[in-house]
Amino acid sequence: MKKTKTPKANKPDEAPVPVSRRHFLSILWTALGLAALVEFLWLSFSFLWPSKPGSAEGQAGSVVAAGALSSFQPGTVTAFQRGAFYLVRLEDGGVLALSCKCTHLGCTVPWVEKEKKFLCPCHASAFDRTGNVISAPAPRALDIFPVSIENNIVKVATGKRIKRSGFDPLQVVYPPKG
Amino acid sequence: MIPVADPTQRRFNPLTTLVLHFRPRRVPEKTLRFSLTWGLGGMAAVLVTLQLFTGILLKFAYGPVPTQAYESLVRLQEGFLFGQLVRNIHFWSANLLVVVVCLHGLRVFFTGGFHPPRRLNWIVGLSLFVLVLASNLTGYLLPWDQLAYWATTICVGMLEYIPLIGSRLQQVVRGGPQIGSATLRNFFALHTAVIPVLIVMLMAFHFWRVRKAGGLVIPRSPGEEPDDKPAMVPAHPDLLLREAAVALAAIAGVLVLSLLFEAPMGPPANPGLSPNPTKAPWYFAGVQELLMHFHPSFALLIAAALMFGAFYLPYLNYQEAPAGVWFASANGRRTAFAAALAAALAAPLAVVLDEYAVDFSAMIPGLPQAISLGVVPTALSVAVVAGLYLLVKRKFQATRLESVQAVFVFLAVGWVLLTVTCVFFRGQGMQLRWPF
Repeated sequence: MKKTKTPKANKPDEAPVPVSRRHFLSILWTALGLAALVEFLWLSFSFLWPSKPGSAEGQAGSVVAAGALSSFQPGTVTAFQRGAFYLVRLEDGGVLALSCKCTHLGCTVPWVEKEKKFLCPCHASAFDRTGNVISAPAPRALDIFPVSIENNIVKVATGKRIKRSGFDPLQVVYPPKG
Repeated sequence: MIPVADPTQRRFNPLTTLVLHFRPRRVPEKTLRFSLTWGLGGMAAVLVTLQLFTGILLKFAYGPVPTQAYESLVRLQEGFLFGQLVRNIHFWSANLLVVVVCLHGLRVFFTGGFHPPRRLNWIVGLSLFVLVLASNLTGYLLPWDQLAYWATTICVGMLEYIPLIGSRLQQVVRGGPQIGSATLRNFFALHTAVIPVLIVMLMAFHFWRVRKAGGLVIPRSPGEEPDDKPAMVPAHPDLLLREAAVALAAIAGVLVLSLLFEAPMGPPANPGLSPNPTKAPWYFAGVQELLMHFHPSFALLIAAALMFGAFYLPYLNYQEAPAGVWFASANGRRTAFAAALAAALAAPLAVVLDEYAVDFSAMIPGLPQAISLGVVPTALSVAVVAGLYLLVKRKFQATRLESVQAVFVFLAVGWVLLTVTCVFFRGQGMQLRWPF
């Protein structure tokens, strides 16, 4: 039954095509070119990466002294332009420092005293006084900054932004008893 | 006809040797018909040229640092001869360019100018469109007024929701934790060096591909067979005169607009105060409207999918390639009209329903927002579009091309309506309102 040569039987006869020098070199050039492209992209990206000294606008160690604890009555919200945060004194006396940047797209959210809400002017997100989302589209609660109370002075570490999904009582700082 | 030159008087004539080099000697007479192109591609080229000239002038007056930017523009407008006019021309050409490029793309699509051998040029054209948008956006920040600052804040804020690379990309673009001097530096470099160079290079490629394809599509009516031997006329003067007329009309239009309406200039940027409402520039208002209804990641996903779909349009294996027939066929016209009508009803209805009646996160409590405001409405929208595709296919016995065209029309009209909603129908706190 070996009368007709099937194409399959033909194959072993064909010598494997050796890679010609020209072909090999062109592969080599392409590979080198691609490597150069990757290097170039990596270089451009790291050139543009914002880690140059002096370019950091929120210095990592910066701490803002907000003022005496007694100047923030329970149930009030005070805005600080410098550091871009709100100092919130809850009804029970606890203190919370909220970032004033909306978590949706970064607009500055004003505190609306009449409605007791933070209302974002850009996409109508609303947050309560603890920073929790009342209405979307904001995907998570307002960021917070660590607060410390020393000698009755409230200090806010504006360099250490903390992202959170929602309000947790553990985030509230209470003045030391006595 | 180009006059046969006297060999003894061979001089360098820039008109015949350089300008005509872009053109074939002779062009099919029918492609000169104004209702084929509406002169849109030519207008876009004229506007880009205006941008280059006015942009160079502005560059001599502008100080690209936050402390100087705003003041340098005030000085330009008050102290420079025609300073205000130059800025107005730059502003109006930029905005018109977006409109003209969009219309040009629609014209090409609806006359079948994206079938082989013009598939690659569709990609090049869309890339140019993306570059025009990028140029507009980066230019928007430069005046450093409240409008510029906050529109850019929300546009750059959107980057954060791109999966995987989003926040890194945002860091690079913004150059810091918020819009600041690094951002201005980046945008200035992109706006005045990177993007213009890319645009000019791609434009040359775009024109060359037009020539390679044998010129424009030849217009014909639905039943008509393509003409193998169309009547030809010399490009000079027949085509050139028409192009010159369109160019002059476009320049005159821009001038009139620039004389009548000043480029907007708000109060200087104040990072502590977002104006109410804060809106993205109008060409991104569609995305902002999507953001009002969808979880941010999904709004971006939808916008990206639409863009990808537009790039992929020529490669959908159509059975027919009716280049030159408006809306592909008689049936194509019917289905396109029906789709436009459907979108005109569906888009406002969806906006109003989502605003006042339907609250997905309340209907399915306990689920994360990504599901209730992301997956659910996205799936619903996809179902509507898929339903439309099948409906057109069955009910109108449409071919694949006609059905794809119907979906395209539906999405395009929907997008325009979303843009209009965001620009005109949203007021304080981005609440829906009547514009008048």
